[in-house]
Amino acid sequence: MSVNGNPAAPGYAPGYAPGRTLSLRVEFVRQLRRRRTKAMFGLLLALPWILVVAFQFGPGPAGQGNTLRLSDLATQGGLNFAAFALSVSASFLLVVAVALFCGDTVASEADWSSLRYLLAAPVPRDRLLRQKLIVAMGYSAAAVTVLPLMALVAGTLAFGWNDIQVPGTGETIPAADALPRFAVVVGYALVSQFVVASMAFLLSVSTDSPLGAVGGAVGLVIVSSILQAVEALGSIREFLPTFWNNAWTDALTPDPDYSGMIKGVAVSVTYSVILIAVAFRRFRAKDVVS
Amino acid sequence: MTFRGGRRALAALVALALVVVGGLAWLLWPSEPRVHGQDVAIPVVDGPADDQRVTLDATFYPPASGGRAPAVLLAHGFGGSKDDLRDEAARLAGHGYAVLTWSARGFGRSTGEIALNSPDYEVKDVRQLVDWLARRPEVRLDGNGDPRVGVAGGSYGGAIALMAAAYDDRIDAIAPQITWYDLADALFPESTGQGPEQGVFKKMWAGLFFGAGGSTSPFGGPIGSAAGFAGGSTGGSTGPAPGGPAPTARQVQCGRFLPEICEMYQTVAKTGRATPEAVKLLRASSPVSVPGQIRIPTLLVQGQRDSLFPLGQADANARVIAATGAPVEVMWMGGGHDGGGDDADSDWVRERVTAWLDRWLKDSPVPGVEAGRASDAGAGAAAPGIRGPDVFTVSRDGGRDAGTRRPVVVHATGTAYPGLYGATRSQLRISGPDQEIANPPGGSPTSVSAVPGLGSLLGGAAAGSGMAMDVPGQSAVFESAPLSRPLHVTGTPMVRIKVYGTGEVTLFAKLYDAGGGRPVLPSNLVAPLRVAATEKGTEATVTLPAIDRSFAAGHRLRLVLTTTDLGYATPTAPAVYRVGLAEDALTIPSDASLATPATGPGWWTWALPLAAIVIATGLLLTGRRRTAAAEDGAPDGIPLRVTGLTKRYRNGEKAVDDLSFQVEKGQVLGLLGPNGAGKTTTLRMMMGLIHPDEGEIHIFGRRVVPGAPVLSRLGSFVEGPGFLPHLTGRANLELYWQATGRPSRDAHLEEALEIAGLGSALDRAVRTYSQGMRQRLAIAQAMLGLPDLLVLDEPTNGLDPPQIAEMREVLKAYAEGGRTVIVSSHLLGEVEQTCSHVVVMRRGRLMFHGSVGDLLGVRSPSDGPGPRLEDAFLDLIGENR
Repeated sequence: MSVNGNPAAPGYAPGYAPGRTLSLRVEFVRQLRRRRTKAMFGLLLALPWILVVAFQFGPGPAGQGNTLRLSDLATQGGLNFAAFALSVSASFLLVVAVALFCGDTVASEADWSSLRYLLAAPVPRDRLLRQKLIVAMGYSAAAVTVLPLMALVAGTLAFGWNDIQVPGTGETIPAADALPRFAVVVGYALVSQFVVASMAFLLSVSTDSPLGAVGGAVGLVIVSSILQAVEALGSIREFLPTFWNNAWTDALTPDPDYSGMIKGVAVSVTYSVILIAVAFRRFRAKDVVS
Repeated sequence: MTFRGGRRALAALVALALVVVGGLAWLLWPSEPRVHGQDVAIPVVDGPADDQRVTLDATFYPPASGGRAPAVLLAHGFGGSKDDLRDEAARLAGHGYAVLTWSARGFGRSTGEIALNSPDYEVKDVRQLVDWLARRPEVRLDGNGDPRVGVAGGSYGGAIALMAAAYDDRIDAIAPQITWYDLADALFPESTGQGPEQGVFKKMWAGLFFGAGGSTSPFGGPIGSAAGFAGGSTGGSTGPAPGGPAPTARQVQCGRFLPEICEMYQTVAKTGRATPEAVKLLRASSPVSVPGQIRIPTLLVQGQRDSLFPLGQADANARVIAATGAPVEVMWMGGGHDGGGDDADSDWVRERVTAWLDRWLKDSPVPGVEAGRASDAGAGAAAPGIRGPDVFTVSRDGGRDAGTRRPVVVHATGTAYPGLYGATRSQLRISGPDQEIANPPGGSPTSVSAVPGLGSLLGGAAAGSGMAMDVPGQSAVFESAPLSRPLHVTGTPMVRIKVYGTGEVTLFAKLYDAGGGRPVLPSNLVAPLRVAATEKGTEATVTLPAIDRSFAAGHRLRLVLTTTDLGYATPTAPAVYRVGLAEDALTIPSDASLATPATGPGWWTWALPLAAIVIATGLLLTGRRRTAAAEDGAPDGIPLRVTGLTKRYRNGEKAVDDLSFQVEKGQVLGLLGPNGAGKTTTLRMMMGLIHPDEGEIHIFGRRVVPGAPVLSRLGSFVEGPGFLPHLTGRANLELYWQATGRPSRDAHLEEALEIAGLGSALDRAVRTYSQGMRQRLAIAQAMLGLPDLLVLDEPTNGLDPPQIAEMREVLKAYAEGGRTVIVSSHLLGEVEQTCSHVVVMRRGRLMFHGSVGDLLGVRSPSDGPGPRLEDAFLDLIGENR
């Protein structure tokens, strides 16, 4: 038999190091070239322009009722338009985008059977999940950011760079003041999607069906939104994952109130930390049979 | 996999237990015991000569706690009846009080006529209710015939609480809400201090008030706690004689009012002026007539949106009662008779009233009244201020809740009640020229501020402020400069004006918050006033309505003087006056010490994420298994050693059963077995994809666990190819190799591609490939980096015969280079021609391990022309007949 410590037979192949497997760049490229990635970003980038066209050619605001809604004010300027675009997309489109990037990432590898070859490469399981999570979160962040930014560009080109006008009272906030707050809004919109992201990610490691993972995460949001409408639940609803999703509107008032957003961040972080921990724990012990 | 099955069962059990415990807790959670009231008819005798017999319809709620408990008398609002108080009474009874509710004389099913809380009538009734309570075995006594008792109620019910406290020393604490100090002043207000006889008749409220005494009540009361101007209530709605004879003319005119009150109202309503008799009559029913007689702990709750009994009424009560030394607390809540109150605010008021009763009826060892009586000796000394923790509370708009998007009320509290003139006063410059304003003939059209009875329909402040309207030509406007910083007004601003003209002038002063949008009239309150105008100008100091409001920076304070207001009786004769400012200043009261408790994010905002991180850490630490031994085993040259390998399906059946074999360097091993023999399961365990239940696999001496570094020496193709369909074949291989993190020069990509033999197809997306092309690409991927151990599962599936022959040579050549190849196949001919050694499996068990020659030699059938692998194989697995 061979000799222990034979240089020709070390414990691993020459040049192999667990810490170098599945680098972020590789994973990024693997995902980037996918059609759904391109299609989703195409949609997110096109939506503001579609909205601009809709506002340009649609009939003017009816002006019924005496309270100004965000949609009535969308054409006031770029910032207003971006806030409107975010408000109409945050509850569903961005949820789907985030669920897609995070829910698809592991499940699609399982679906393609490429997961087992990555694991046998070997990419250590924790590392595989970590890299995939980082890249999926990166794509999600890009999705959540790119829409309001494109809306800001589209809105500014179409309606001008004006001060933001607040729904309800119609007060205005100077654009210079509103811009940093707008960054807070986008950041908050991102954090509030963490629950969707981590739920999708957990489902992604639990199933071989990418559709199942994405649909499951979106379903969670739908169920949570329905429960949120049940007034009888009282303050329990504050702990629903979607309850604070619109709290960012508080930042775009003359007297910004961040308490709702802080609560929203707390709830979101709480859920996502636990869900992601469960995802890692499951994946670590999982028998990969796909 | 029994371990896993056990875990699942355990998890299900825990979940079930949680559901059951939760359900039981839901069902059995100690709810306040349901209290049932006992209807009683209490006969009383009242009237100036104590000769009128009246039967009061009452309900007694014994204390849920049993034994002798302090009593609470709950009084209803005007136009209501005892039925309005059922829930509140049951709640207090559940909280450990003996509660008595009753319909006041003239209301509900009680007999008698309405005397407006007169000392001769309603007050005497209440004294006899206290007598009645003293006889009940459920009521705690302070002395013979002296029950421990408090009185609470709103509006009409609040006034009887005050009046009864003045006339009956046995009452120990009261909590009157949104009620009056001087009914004459409330109905005939005058804001320059000339008293009700010069007052401007509040005709709409008075009409509703006196109308409600007759038949149905138009009152809607958003009134918290025991209060209740409850509209459309059951008892009072059917009139004085249900089912009786048709009402007489007097009944039609006066409803259930006492004749003298009815006559008084008809007189004042006709002239719009308060007669001395009317003032006397109204004041007899008011705390103003009994100064110094209310000497017990009093919680005064007044509404900020109340054009009937504004904050000044509670302020006067507070000052008079506090002057006796009795403990007093003042709360300005959000709603009032004009509505707009918030449910949360009402709940909060209810809690405070209960706490007040608890403090002075339950907790006090001696009756709370002692506090007031003790100071009798020192009465007449300077009135002590109203001081103490939280003696003054103001409900303020706290914006909107971020989650529910609903208005939030915050409660600012202070340790001293400053009164309406503020803890501090400042001057704010306002300006405007003298302006001519006209009184329209017939007093119409009118400005609009509050519309009595509508407030509650219109709801919140936004809707209410939309109503305030001034008629051009009837209003003079004076404005401040835009505020440089926010200004918080708490109390009554004052202004000195000057009126030029002749004769008596009726004016209404309003202070608007003029900001970005439509100007807002805080709480829709106005200050009516009369001035005897002269040509050279008459000065008057106007006390503007008491408000609590923050005027934002950049806004202006706008003083408007109008000649008309919808809610008031105004002169009908046309006239023109000139009005101006006597001083260019508003006196602004404020109380900076009022502090809103920090409403920052709750404790859970920080606790929840921290707890989640702890839980997550726990999950990850406890979940760590089968990875600790990653570096198990000393490296040696044995490419594969399988020892005692066992894997069970979920149902416990063994997929691989105690499998042991060893593969040496340079061998090409065939893994044979029928479907379900456990070949693929074994290969998956070899790749670290699934965890063996028992036994171990060592590759080059290292134990295989998920992600074991030694797997980098293993090239594998198991159960079909796995590629990213959107990438080309070449990109797939390149990215796969990059994913291993190894140097690209080690990949030997060109050699692998040559084996795949895909030609130009390499640069097409994999999704366009045929099964055979993917197969070849996958084998090429397995050979990337020329691994020392190559594992191929059914490598010739989908290949055509020339390719199969070629593959055979490739594998042989590969092993000759000192590497090891393991091939699983069901094509026996393939194995025979390619492999040097064979492992035969059946139902997870090892049937044979040795060289192909051994297999053929040992198992060669005796009668056959020559040894055939097929026969040997079938024989081995027991299928050969």
